[in-house]
Amino acid sequence: MFEYAPAPESRSIVDIAPSYGLFIDGSFVPASSSGGVFKTVNPASEEVLAEIASAGADDVDLAVAAARRAFGPWSALPGAERAKYLFRIARIIQERSRELAVLESLDNGKPIRESRDVDLPLVAAHFFYYAGWADKLAYAGFGPDPRPLGVAAQVIPWNFPMLMLAWKIAPALAAGNTVVLKPAETTPLSALFFADICRQADLPPGVVNIITGAGETGRALVEHPDVNKVAFTGSTEVGRQIARSIAGTRKRLTLELGGKAANIVFDDAPIDQAVEGIVNGIFFNQGHVCCAGSRLLVQESAYDEVLTALKRRMSTLRVGDPLDKNTDIGAINSAEQLSRIRELSEIGAAEGAERWSPQCDLPSQGFWFAPTIFTGVTQAHRIAREEIFGPVLSVLTFRTPDEAIEKANNTPYGLSAGVWTEKGSLILAMADKLRAGVVWANTFNKFDPTSPFGGYKESGYGREGGRHGLEAYLA
Amino acid sequence: MTATTTSRLPDVSGSAFNLRSFLHGLPGVDKVGIEARAAALGTRSVKTTAKAAAIDLAIRMVDLTTLEGADTPGKVRALSAKAIRPDPAEPSCPSVAAVCVYPSMVPIAAEVLAGSGVHLASVATAFPSGQSPLEIKLADTRDAVAGGADEIDMVISRGAFLSGRYDHVFEEIVAVKEACGSAHLKVILETGELGTYDNVRRASWLAMMAGADFIKTSTGKVPVAATPPVTLVMLEAVRDYRAQTGRQVGVKPAGGIRTTKDAIKYLVMINETVGSDWLDPDWFRFGASSLLNDLLMQRTKLATGHYAGPDYFTLD
Repeated sequence: MFEYAPAPESRSIVDIAPSYGLFIDGSFVPASSSGGVFKTVNPASEEVLAEIASAGADDVDLAVAAARRAFGPWSALPGAERAKYLFRIARIIQERSRELAVLESLDNGKPIRESRDVDLPLVAAHFFYYAGWADKLAYAGFGPDPRPLGVAAQVIPWNFPMLMLAWKIAPALAAGNTVVLKPAETTPLSALFFADICRQADLPPGVVNIITGAGETGRALVEHPDVNKVAFTGSTEVGRQIARSIAGTRKRLTLELGGKAANIVFDDAPIDQAVEGIVNGIFFNQGHVCCAGSRLLVQESAYDEVLTALKRRMSTLRVGDPLDKNTDIGAINSAEQLSRIRELSEIGAAEGAERWSPQCDLPSQGFWFAPTIFTGVTQAHRIAREEIFGPVLSVLTFRTPDEAIEKANNTPYGLSAGVWTEKGSLILAMADKLRAGVVWANTFNKFDPTSPFGGYKESGYGREGGRHGLEAYLA
Repeated sequence: MTATTTSRLPDVSGSAFNLRSFLHGLPGVDKVGIEARAAALGTRSVKTTAKAAAIDLAIRMVDLTTLEGADTPGKVRALSAKAIRPDPAEPSCPSVAAVCVYPSMVPIAAEVLAGSGVHLASVATAFPSGQSPLEIKLADTRDAVAGGADEIDMVISRGAFLSGRYDHVFEEIVAVKEACGSAHLKVILETGELGTYDNVRRASWLAMMAGADFIKTSTGKVPVAATPPVTLVMLEAVRDYRAQTGRQVGVKPAGGIRTTKDAIKYLVMINETVGSDWLDPDWFRFGASSLLNDLLMQRTKLATGHYAGPDYFTLD
C-alpha cells in the first residue's frame, strides 16, 4: 500500500475562548451560582478545549423568560421577514463553514472529511430550506392560518451537534417560535459558535437562547412550566423519562430516539456498491448515528461473497487524527461511550459471536475503537437487539424475502432500513413492509432537508425535515 | 505475466449461450454507487513525500502516445527520445513505461528505443473504429509485432458487442492474441461507447477470458474517454478475475487524463481497490500524451519549491 503522508487541516482557523457562558437574550452571560462549570475535551487527544458554564434552574428560568418575551414580536413578523434572518444565518454558516467544520471535528472527534463534506453543507441546506417555508406556511398543508406554538425547548445529542441544532432551530424559527436549546455536554462548542452567528445575523435577542449543561439542565428545561413544545433527540431511555415527565401537560413533544437498523443485502445486489453502503451505514461518524445500519442481513447464498468483500474493504479504512483529511474513522466521542461500546462488544464475544477487526494501529491518547464486525449473530444475541452506537456491525443471514422482513422488523426500534437488490419490484415490496421511518434502496445514510426523518416504535415519534418537520412547530 | 493457475470459471469458448449467460450473471453495477465511490476516492489528500512517490510512479506508468494522422518519423523519434529521458535537466527522473504509435511508425520508434527498456506499443486491429474484416486486423497486428512492437493495443468491435454477439468479440480477441505471439495484448473496450457500467464490467470479463493481458478504456478518439468510475469498474473486474483464476490482468485508462492531480486520483483508486499488486507499470498504465509534462512540472515544483514555466520542459 502506498502510505499517504499526513494531510492535517489547520486548526488555527478556529479561535476557541478559554471559557464560555450561557447565551441568553442575545448576549453571553455567566451561569448563576447554582450552576458551575464543566470542561469539554477533544476526544482524539483528551486535551481540554474550553470551560463551559453549567446552567442551573434559575438560568433556565432566565432563558425561557427571554424566549417568551421575544416570542410576541418574532411571531408577529411577516414570514418573509423571518425568512430574511434564516437566509442570513444560512449564508453566514456557509461563509464560516471551514471554521465550523474544524471546530466540530475538534469537539466531537469526527473526521474532517465528514464535518466538511457532509455536516456543514447539510446544516446550511436546512436553514436555506426552512427559510423558504417561512412565508409559505399557509401552503404547507396544515390549514390556511397555522400558528406557532410559542417557546420550544430543544435538547440535542453529541453525534451531529451542529446538524441536530439545524434540524431543531431552522423549522422552529421559520414557523415563528422562539427557542431555548441545550447541546450535549460533551459537544457544546458549535452551538455556542452558532450563538455568535445569531448575533452576527442581528437576530432579535431572545429568539435563540443556548444553555449548556448536562442531564440536570436538560431536565429543568424540559420540565419548565412556560415551555410549549419539547423536541428531543437522544437515547430511548431519556426519551421515555421526558415523555413521562411532561405527560398530562399541554406541551407538544417530538422524540427522535435510538435505532438498530437492518441493512438487507439480497444475492442479486450490486455487490461492490452494497459493500460501500454497508461500510457507510455502520462506520460513518464512527457508528454514532441513530439510523446506522448496525444489523446486516445477508442472503445466505451471497454470504461468502459479501463477507469477503466487506473484510477487504474494511482493511482500507483509515482510523486516526480527525483533522487529517484522509481519515475515515475518527475518535469515539467520550470515555463513557467508549466503555459502553467495549462492554457490548465483550458481551457479543461472550455470547459466542465471532469478532473481527482489520489490522489497525490506534493512537495511544484519546478514545478509539477499531471498526469491528460480529459474524454468526442471531436474533437472540444482545448485540443484535441493543443499540451499540459505535463502529460495531452485527451480521445475520436470511433465506427468503419474507424471512428478511420478519427479522428486520423484529426489533423494538424502527428508524431506518436499507435494501440492496437489482430488482426494482423487490425494493418496492420490501419498502412497503419494513416498519421503519426511512427505507434506503441501494444506498444508505443519505440525508436531505426536504425529506422527513423519524421513527416507529421505540425510535420515537414526530418527523423532522421536509414539510412534515414544520408540523411539529405549528398549531 | 502470471500464468493461469486454478481457473474456477466455466469454459465459455465456442458457446454463445454459455458466454452470454456467464456475462449476464455477473453482479450488477449501481451507477449512483460507483460514481459516488469514485468521487470519494478522488478526495484523498496526497501531499509531500507521498506526492513525490506518486509522481514518479505515475511517470513510470505513462504510455507516451501519439496517434495523429499527421504523425511523421521526426515526431515519433522526438517522442521516443523523450520517453527515455522525460526531463533532460533532471537525471533522477524515470523513463516512461512505453511509447504508443501507429503500426507504420513502429520501426522508427523501435530504432530509438532499442536497449532503453522502454516498451513499444502499437495500436493495431483497425484502430480506432475496429470496423474491418478480421484478416486485416490480424495482418495489422502481425505487421506491428514484426516491426518491433512488444505491446499491441487492439480495439474490440463495439458494434458486435452492443448487438449481443459476444462470441464474435471473444473469438476476435483470441485470434489477435495468437497473432501477437509474445507481445502483450491490451484490449481497448472503448467504454464511452458501451453506454452502461454493466456493459463495462461484461466487456472487461469478456476480454480477460479471451486472453487479454491488459484491459484499456478508450482509444481517445471518442468524446467520452477514461473516467474514474469506469476505471473503478475495470479494477474491480481484474481483482475479481484474479480471485477466480489466479491470473492477473493490467488496467489502462486512456484519454483525457491531463493533470497530476487526476493521475494521483487513479493511483489512490488502485491502492484502495486492488492494492499494491497493481501499483506497478507492469499492471497499470496511463494512455496519455499531455499528462507527462504536468507530472514533470509538479515534480520540479516539489523538488525546488516553485513552478517552472512550460518552456522549461520539452514539447515532445
